[in-house]
Amino acid sequence: MAYLDILNLQKSFGANRVVRDFSLPIDKGEFVSLLGPSGCGKTTVLRMVAGFETPDEGAIRIEGRDVVPLRPNQRNIGMVFQSYALFPNLTVAGNVGFGLKVAGVAGAETRARVAEMLELIGLPEMGGRYPFQLSGGQQQRVALARALAPRPRVLLLDEPLSALDAKVRVRLRGEIREIQRRLGITTIFVTHDQEEALSISDRVVVMNGGVADQVGTPFAIYNQPATPFVAGFVGALTPIEATVVDPRAGTVSSGGMVMHLGRALPMAAGTVVPIALRPESVRLGREAGREIVLPATARAVEFMGSVIRIRAEAGGQSFLLDTFNRADAPPPQPGEPVEISFSGRDVIVIGG
Amino acid sequence: MTRPAAWVALVLGLLYFVIPLWGMAEFSLRMRRGVYSLDAYGSVLANPEFQRTFGFSVLMAVVTILVGVLLVVPTAYWVRLRMPRLRPVVEFITLLPLVIPAIVIAFGYIRLYNTGSWLPLTGTAGGANVLLLMGYTMLALPYMYRAVDTGLASVDVRTLTEASQSLGAGWGTILGRVILPNVVVAVLSGAFLTFAIVIGEFTFAALLDRPAFGPFMQRVGEDSAYEPSALAVIAFAITWACMGLIGLVTRTQKHTRAGA
Repeated sequence: MAYLDILNLQKSFGANRVVRDFSLPIDKGEFVSLLGPSGCGKTTVLRMVAGFETPDEGAIRIEGRDVVPLRPNQRNIGMVFQSYALFPNLTVAGNVGFGLKVAGVAGAETRARVAEMLELIGLPEMGGRYPFQLSGGQQQRVALARALAPRPRVLLLDEPLSALDAKVRVRLRGEIREIQRRLGITTIFVTHDQEEALSISDRVVVMNGGVADQVGTPFAIYNQPATPFVAGFVGALTPIEATVVDPRAGTVSSGGMVMHLGRALPMAAGTVVPIALRPESVRLGREAGREIVLPATARAVEFMGSVIRIRAEAGGQSFLLDTFNRADAPPPQPGEPVEISFSGRDVIVIGG
Repeated sequence: MTRPAAWVALVLGLLYFVIPLWGMAEFSLRMRRGVYSLDAYGSVLANPEFQRTFGFSVLMAVVTILVGVLLVVPTAYWVRLRMPRLRPVVEFITLLPLVIPAIVIAFGYIRLYNTGSWLPLTGTAGGANVLLLMGYTMLALPYMYRAVDTGLASVDVRTLTEASQSLGAGWGTILGRVILPNVVVAVLSGAFLTFAIVIGEFTFAALLDRPAFGPFMQRVGEDSAYEPSALAVIAFAITWACMGLIGLVTRTQKHTRAGA
């Protein structure tokens, strides 16, 4: 039995069904991300687990007990909000100790736990400061400490990094994951940022229209997307429409180009199948092991620092490809003829 | 408007306010013939009725503030949290005391709660005090509600509430330890305005026959020449002190820069 079991949740706001038949078993100590665009229902699921919304149907069980009838303050679930939500009238120590004080924990024990939490988030000297005296990243770390101090059974993170600037975001997400691992706390993290979800999670749930389109490890989500939505939402890719030629040999064709995927396909010959190529699977120029070589024209070049993303066109089909930056090899100019190459084995069959 | 014209308008406006005040203050100092003195103030302050009525009004003001806070803070909080669509309606209701004259309300009270009614509050001093308190609370409602509502607008009420709930807090703790401390400046602004209103109020106190400061000022005005001016200056000073305290409290708040 899962530690946290979300079963067949349904939720509508008026005529708008925002969560449809959502189920998710989560093991103890697992870090699961709910990933999806705005309005996909991810925050509503999180708020139902927290108790701020009541499901129309379904159950949320923690250690086998349904918590849906419980009020938010009876669930012992910690939550971190996008806007930090620190109490402006309390110091950092006051904020972190709030949950303990509410629970009636003795003063000395509260002080010790607050000190332990501040040590954990790397702000041991900041106890006397007020929230407005801290940076955004520090405030969010205090919010994390505040949520963890009463030893919650589950930790919910509602887009906790969205309000921070890029560098702080990357650093803090690493810190959050490190703290989560150290404490072994079961965590649900909501984000619309796929890079964030992939980098931090044990498992990712990609949500679309109130439904979990795919649940899997970051590796599986990225490399074996179950639906065109997952494929398009997680990472960049070149979608191609192909026809199955020989399912047993794993051969497909598209625009006269025949690709050997190196694995059998579970559909009949003649079936039109959506396939895709990740930008990192396509190379600029010829390369050993990449048997498909196409003459193309560079159309757009995006210099992103360590990586250069190129959009090239071959036979009316647009391809995205990533290449590492090299100081001695400048990227092609838009309009310049190039060769691109890839292997049939790198082709992703969507839903396959 | 040109710059000199703006200055002229400003100076005229200031004179309009300052000259009567100055005249009154100057007149209040002329009780002793030929020299300025504080005799009128001394006479007023030594009057036992002044002490009694002023004390009564101060007490009523404090109780009115307490009742106002207990009524307005949870209401404004709940409207913002759970019934934001009702905000215009509640605002309209709280503004009604500004358009309904106090005399109408006082007569309404007397008619409803007279000695022949089911709740004869006007029959006893305590009952009349309760009516007076209700009247004062209502008079102060527009100011108290606006002040608290503005204060609540500056904090993220919903998220702070949810954060408190997730930490195990119930409604009492949320209101007392999270919401109220974060709108304390706004509450104090409302409180000082309430204080100023109650200290100078005449209609309710006179019609309900309570020993308040307003009717005392009126009685003094009937019998003496210099003392009423001294009393008016004292009343103004109290109001200004209240305004000054609002500013002082706002400035000395430790966490006023804090957002939610």
